[in-house]
Amino acid sequence: MELKTAPSVAKRLGLLLGLVWVFGTLAASSLHHLPPQAEPWLQQLEEEERPLSEAPSGSLWPLPRSLCISPSRLQLAQSRFQIVHGPGSTAGPGCSLLQDAFRRYYEYLFGYTKWQNHDRKPLITSADSECDKYPALTSDEAYQLSIAESAAVLKAEKVWGALRGLETFSQLVYEDDYGSFLINESEITDYPRFAHRGILIDTSRHYLPLKSILTNLDAMAFNKFNVLHWHIVDDQSFPYQSVTFPELSNKGAYTYNHIYTPTDVQLVIEYARLRGIRVIPEFDTPGNTESWGKGQKDLLTTCYNGKQPSGSYGPVNPILNTTYEFVAEFFKEISTVFPDAYIHFGGDEVDFTCWRSNPDVQDFMKKQGFGFDYTKLESYYIKEVLETVSSLNKRSMVWQEVFDNGVKIKPDTIVEVWMGHLYPSELSRVTKAGYTTVLAAPWYLDYISYGQDWKKYYSVEPLDFLGCEMQKKLVVGGEACLWGEFVDATNLTPRLWPRASAVGERLWSSENVTNIKDAYNRLAKHRCRMLG
Amino acid sequence: MTGAAAVLPMAGLLFLPLLLLVGSGSSGVWPRPQLFRVPQGGGQCSLSPSRFRFGYAGSSAVGPGCVVLDQAFQRYRRLLFPELTENDLAWDSLCNELLVTVNMPGCDGFPDMHSKENYKLDISEEQMLLTADTVWGALRGLETFSQLVWRDDNGTYYVNETDIIDFPRFAHRGLLLDTSRHYLPVGAILETLGAYNPATHVYTTSDVKMVIEHARLRGIRVISELDTPGHTLSWGPGAPGLLTPCYTGPNPSGSYGPVNPILNTTYQFMAKLFAEVSAMFPDFYLHLGGDEVDFTCWRSNPDIQAFMQKMGFGQDYAQLESFYIQRLLDIVSAYGKGYVVWQEVFDNRVKMKPDTIIHVWKENSGAYQKEMARVTKAGYRTLLSAPWYLNHISYGQDWLQAYQVEPLEFEGSPEQKNLVIGGEACMWGEYVDVTNLTPRLWPRAGAVAERLWSNATVRDLQDAYGRLADFRCKLLGRGIQAEPLFTGYCEHEYRGI
Repeated sequence: MELKTAPSVAKRLGLLLGLVWVFGTLAASSLHHLPPQAEPWLQQLEEEERPLSEAPSGSLWPLPRSLCISPSRLQLAQSRFQIVHGPGSTAGPGCSLLQDAFRRYYEYLFGYTKWQNHDRKPLITSADSECDKYPALTSDEAYQLSIAESAAVLKAEKVWGALRGLETFSQLVYEDDYGSFLINESEITDYPRFAHRGILIDTSRHYLPLKSILTNLDAMAFNKFNVLHWHIVDDQSFPYQSVTFPELSNKGAYTYNHIYTPTDVQLVIEYARLRGIRVIPEFDTPGNTESWGKGQKDLLTTCYNGKQPSGSYGPVNPILNTTYEFVAEFFKEISTVFPDAYIHFGGDEVDFTCWRSNPDVQDFMKKQGFGFDYTKLESYYIKEVLETVSSLNKRSMVWQEVFDNGVKIKPDTIVEVWMGHLYPSELSRVTKAGYTTVLAAPWYLDYISYGQDWKKYYSVEPLDFLGCEMQKKLVVGGEACLWGEFVDATNLTPRLWPRASAVGERLWSSENVTNIKDAYNRLAKHRCRMLG
Repeated sequence: MTGAAAVLPMAGLLFLPLLLLVGSGSSGVWPRPQLFRVPQGGGQCSLSPSRFRFGYAGSSAVGPGCVVLDQAFQRYRRLLFPELTENDLAWDSLCNELLVTVNMPGCDGFPDMHSKENYKLDISEEQMLLTADTVWGALRGLETFSQLVWRDDNGTYYVNETDIIDFPRFAHRGLLLDTSRHYLPVGAILETLGAYNPATHVYTTSDVKMVIEHARLRGIRVISELDTPGHTLSWGPGAPGLLTPCYTGPNPSGSYGPVNPILNTTYQFMAKLFAEVSAMFPDFYLHLGGDEVDFTCWRSNPDIQAFMQKMGFGQDYAQLESFYIQRLLDIVSAYGKGYVVWQEVFDNRVKMKPDTIIHVWKENSGAYQKEMARVTKAGYRTLLSAPWYLNHISYGQDWLQAYQVEPLEFEGSPEQKNLVIGGEACMWGEYVDVTNLTPRLWPRAGAVAERLWSNATVRDLQDAYGRLADFRCKLLGRGIQAEPLFTGYCEHEYRGI
């Protein structure tokens, strides 16, 4: 870490300081000291003598892992403030991800007109900063912030930590009654408790215009979420425009306007990347696929009424070779379109009624020796799919049924636990079997109710299940799910935020950050900041 | 994981054929008119955005210069034709003018409880006529007309041959907004009033006037509620001595309770305040509140205890409340105003003028019907809100519950039923501000609107679902951020994020 020495010229106005980080980036600001407040306060995480939320800067959300805020206040001179790369930084001005973030955060702090890029430092690029990469499950998001009169420095190993640190920095700045921008001398060391902190959106039950998705990505960044679980298609509509199988959206989308073109998808992925957010697409099969059938002949099982086809269709037909040929082709495209290492294959809620009615399926069951156990047929299908796609060099996420039904899945598969109140025992089972898991069950935010239900989400402790240390380590995170039956662009944002923020803090902050009153105060301020 | 599918809330109500955009468009009027006839073999008639106009019929008692209708014509032209269509069949179109006849003069007044809102629409290729007794009825007819117009796939506008005779079932069809729990910017209020298209957290006189005029132009009454003696904590800082100081033992605790009912200064203050409010709000009715008075603080205060003794109220603080309300009602009637009060005022047997309206709000199921029976039996008119607290959200299609309410379903004579003048959907503000007001209110409040406007027999849920889903898409098209009823889509989704 290096400090930028304050030029003597600036001393008359205040000190010009470098807000620097070495491995990540750095920023320069014009800070000057204010007299300490009459009643100094100092907040350390361990000793909660005074709730952080009473402090002027007590709006941090999610709460950093360790922080020490001194009563001594510094003033930011808006005209002089800059965020710049530190001299030793492996990510220099050539890192457009950070350049973009600098501008964004300058604008959050001071408004939308004044940003100028003052930086004239030599371009430094290094693979180490991961500036041009995509965030991943293993990405390092740790950062250190040190705000002192002599220098304001943000240090991170990777750009992902730098992004998280910039968000925290922006949350530390507050405005006094005279419109001055202040920040307290602070030391913050921060890193997430869980690596996978996701929001699930559903663009099948209702189409979400691109702008709605992008706005949500912004809000996610404000809350240090790092995974957009994009439940992109389902029974109701197929808005994903496939290059290989254009008929899927031509026939399966609500209308020609209710689609995501390849450009749209790329835009979402890049917008997310710039905010350190992964995009994991979910293409749920074999159930929840009604909309697929419209554009892909013979993909779905023909349901029968006695001896006659009833005219309706069920889950994907698991007994045809053509099905697996389609699956292979389709997911080949998906694996190139979406850069993340994971694809979510769904696998939930398969209704067996239609399979049961179909004589060909019945024959197949007999031939395979499945008896009348249709979960075996489902398992057969899922296993085939996962094998088919294993050559694609992707890992899988699946809903818990896939595990429950005893499908043989690869050890690096992530099992997402979503069902009801008994999720702790499911977490025990899944982790006991050695699988990594993501918890969604207590965080179905589409289930609205009257009052402050954020408290319910906040009070969840993901590791509160029977299991040894090793098992607990397999819980890589959680997801707040906003299913789309009753949600579209009109109510997505107010329904998701700040309720999802409760989940955000649970997944980022230390386990012992559970004081509801303090959380309320900080969250209320955090909400106002999101509005601004 | 698509848990919602697994735990579908209204399992009995799966609307499978989700035809949100009713092909021929015209049957989807919300709220459903009283008499709606599409003649057999009736045709459809195209409208040209460039040629279409609203006009006053020669026989109309109001004409150009009538602000209410002049502005409504402009408004509805914009709503009907938000963009110029490429397929403007300007010279082929037949239905180029809706001729409006208003039988009674009067444009400058305010709508009131007795305003006639009936209208008639005759739409055919020969002529398009809207007839109403008053401008208020004409406004309702214009809204219906705007909902009759639809577009085909080429973007051409059509209206089907239709005869409509329409009038409201209840005279008072209200919406309660709460601007105390959260401040609502004036823009949000205006939008709620149907304007299709904040630094201070104070409504200035001109804000209030703007709201009132905006409402008037849409035939909407504005009734102000200044709730006393409870719910008044925020009054205290600006009116020293108004609130009751609470005591802990023999000493003031530093906190304050309801309005102090034993001081003359209290009534002087109220007289002044209501003089201003009466002048500001043109409606005959003021809502005086009177709900949820917590007696703890009154009980703790020695001066109030002494007063109770002097008045012979014993320990019955409801009598003290009545004493206060009684004097308040006298003050307000002196300004020539009528009043609406919450049901507690009636329950506590306060003496009221016979034209007082009792607002029934307590939700316990079954209980509100009994309260309606009691209130009307005592001869008072009443407004129903109990089943329509829309701020109470829950998962799923809760509009169905609001829709299925039958306001007159209580034990009572026909005379008693006649005393039910309507109802109000309430959007209390504890969890509502400008960020979520509109999607939380619309289209759910639409369910209440149809219950209060349409015939009692209009109860078919499947039919209502189709029309309400269609109506919500229309609202979206008009820039109102109305949330979805269930899965599906609108041709034009909300983009104003």
